[in-house]
Amino acid sequence: MQRVGVFVCWCGSNIAATVDVEKVAEVLAKEPGVVFSTNYQYMCSQAGQEMIQESIRKYNLTGVVICSCSPRMHENTFRKTCEKAGLNPYMVEIANIREQCSWIHKDKDTATEKAIILGRAAIAKVHLNAPLTAGTSPVKKRALVIGGGIAGIQTALDIADAGFDVDIVEKEPTIGGKMTQIDKTFPTLDCAACILTPKMVDAAQNERIHIYSYSEVSSVRGFVGNFKVTIKKKARFVDETKCTGCGLCTEKCPQKKVPNLFNLGLDNRRAIYIPFAQAVPKVATIDADYCTMLKSGKCGVCSKVCTAGAIDYQQKDAFIEQEYGAIVVATGFNPIKLDKYDEFAYSQSPDVVTSLEFERLMNAAGPTGGTLLRPSDGQHPHTIVFVQCVGSRCDDSKGKPYCSKICCMYTAKHAMLCREKYPDTDVYVFYIDVRTPGKNFDEFYRRAVEEYGVHYVKGMVGKVVPENGKLKVQASDLIGNQQLHIDADMVVLAAAIEPDKSARPLATMLTASMDTNDFFTEAHPKLRPVESPTAGIFLSGACQGPKDIPETVAQASAAAAKVIGLLNKDHLICNPCTATPDEMMCNGCSSCEKVCPYGAITYIDKEFRGPNRTTLIRRVAQVNPAVCQGCGACTVACPSGAMDLKGFSNKQIMAEVDAICR
Amino acid sequence: MIDTIKRISGVNPRKCMKCGKCTASCPAFDRMQFHPHQFVDMVENGRIDELMNSEGIDFCLSCFACVERCPRNVEPAKVIEAVRLAVIRQQGGAHLTPDEIPALLDDELPQQAITAAFRKYRK
Repeated sequence: MQRVGVFVCWCGSNIAATVDVEKVAEVLAKEPGVVFSTNYQYMCSQAGQEMIQESIRKYNLTGVVICSCSPRMHENTFRKTCEKAGLNPYMVEIANIREQCSWIHKDKDTATEKAIILGRAAIAKVHLNAPLTAGTSPVKKRALVIGGGIAGIQTALDIADAGFDVDIVEKEPTIGGKMTQIDKTFPTLDCAACILTPKMVDAAQNERIHIYSYSEVSSVRGFVGNFKVTIKKKARFVDETKCTGCGLCTEKCPQKKVPNLFNLGLDNRRAIYIPFAQAVPKVATIDADYCTMLKSGKCGVCSKVCTAGAIDYQQKDAFIEQEYGAIVVATGFNPIKLDKYDEFAYSQSPDVVTSLEFERLMNAAGPTGGTLLRPSDGQHPHTIVFVQCVGSRCDDSKGKPYCSKICCMYTAKHAMLCREKYPDTDVYVFYIDVRTPGKNFDEFYRRAVEEYGVHYVKGMVGKVVPENGKLKVQASDLIGNQQLHIDADMVVLAAAIEPDKSARPLATMLTASMDTNDFFTEAHPKLRPVESPTAGIFLSGACQGPKDIPETVAQASAAAAKVIGLLNKDHLICNPCTATPDEMMCNGCSSCEKVCPYGAITYIDKEFRGPNRTTLIRRVAQVNPAVCQGCGACTVACPSGAMDLKGFSNKQIMAEVDAICR
Repeated sequence: MIDTIKRISGVNPRKCMKCGKCTASCPAFDRMQFHPHQFVDMVENGRIDELMNSEGIDFCLSCFACVERCPRNVEPAKVIEAVRLAVIRQQGGAHLTPDEIPALLDDELPQQAITAAFRKYRK
């Protein structure tokens, strides 16, 4: 029988307001093996921790139960506290009476009853706890950054700067991401390319950074410090080592009708292409969906004009295996598809564009060379209507429930640039709220209104009807209490942004959690914003939530700092709660080996003593404790109940259930 | 009265984020004293009588453009429908008493037309 101490925390009023903490401590004191029971305002405070340590010494405690917040919050804190008082840290159990009790119940009596039951379960478990000792595992000193946008580039540069090798995996033929498509950046209006392309070049020239462009992560195994990743280099049909990026092939290719995705389909490119002039790496790529040679075997023009002999129609996808200590996710965002909002006539008129398309139309490297022209007839637009919150801030059935955060500012920028370049244009912005929290952001928006005369109208556009080359816009002006009818030349929709589609399958590979909108979840929304709850996985940029460039760069550097902290360690302390097979019960079926996501289980043939001095060879499971992460998948997969998890054994869990049902 | 309107319409006015897309979509805007976004606001702030006595609530076409386009699924058209019902069912609003029926009976007139003239009025 253990000598158990019970410590009930009030968490200020968080627990104490809904749970009668004194009663909980009183009732739990009568449980078998409990030699001390108390309650205190803040158990995690210095005074609370000292109280626990004193009690351990005074009452010779061999087990501690803390009724407090979630173990995700303070289990480590209390384990350390007890360790300092000479108790094995794995003799501590947390009963979560905050998240799973006081925060979700209103009635004090029932909440108190539940808190007592949860405490009872933890006491039952601690009786079966055994002291555990953690081992260590080495750290592979190399980081992987998935996504080569501004977030990925910044993270990679910072990690490389600290002296560690970094690989960037980018699915497009060039790094740079969304920022390459942007014209000017708010609130300073400096040109995006001028601040981004030097960083792209830095990344390419840094000897510690290796860029896998036109590549994807195809599998991830292992765990923090020891990830084994397979990278798929998609066939680009051009030898990267030979291509000089001269661009001759992209001029001579006879297939001219390929939608140019870099310009969002606003113009065409060839089947062999370099996305834009400052691409990194500056290497041509053949679009297999359009290349006549690859489709029918008849053409070969690019191969003939290429003086470097870089074209290779036989090239196949290549797979590269690499080991990493840490992985940074920087998969970024995309504007949503607008087919659900056809009241704005996006599918009906080429003059209704998204803000990102508008960005291309204003960009000097865009399809119009930076002159704002209507896509339908190439004329100068004179009246432009901007619509905010298209698909953002919606009920779940209508769109994205969140604010996309960047639209207010880029729309102010677009409106301002329109008025500056073309003072004869009338610019309307329909807004629900103007949200400009950021350094010099509100000042920027006010400048658009006050100095540039942009008409900001509090209201929304109800419908857009293309008619005789114009766009009839019907909108509300809530402050003027009127309905507006505007004959516009162009309508620009601030489409909501969503995580890139590659993020969901990647999260599954990484076992990193996501929210309902497919944004990666951070380990703690305030205190651990750049770490995923999965150890060794870090988050950078808009894959974690909508972000503008300054915030993305800040988060990217923060993620890099966390990675550097990890890679600086030679060894990591392992989780001692690993699986152990009972060899006598194991029937050698391999079920556990198949479900283990970490490859920690192997089978060996082992000699056992049989009856009458005979020996027999049996096939039994073995767990490598340095690799096992204690997920418990094998314990549920084992048909004979031979597999058990230290610290969460079947007996312990049954004891908890029994205590709850008592 | 607020609760009655909320119950009949099934609308929760607190879901409204005051974007005005309903009013922007409304084809009967010019004929109404108050407009779809105001319906919702007036229910939330208890200005039901004002809304019931306002001009033009009958001009709502029940086209449901506002319902269709509302980003937050507030359904303003259902509010105005409920308000119109409340107007019809006002206390003492009976247009027909049982005594009058025998005189009105007519072979050509469908029975339903007479029964329909009886409505539930507020007590």
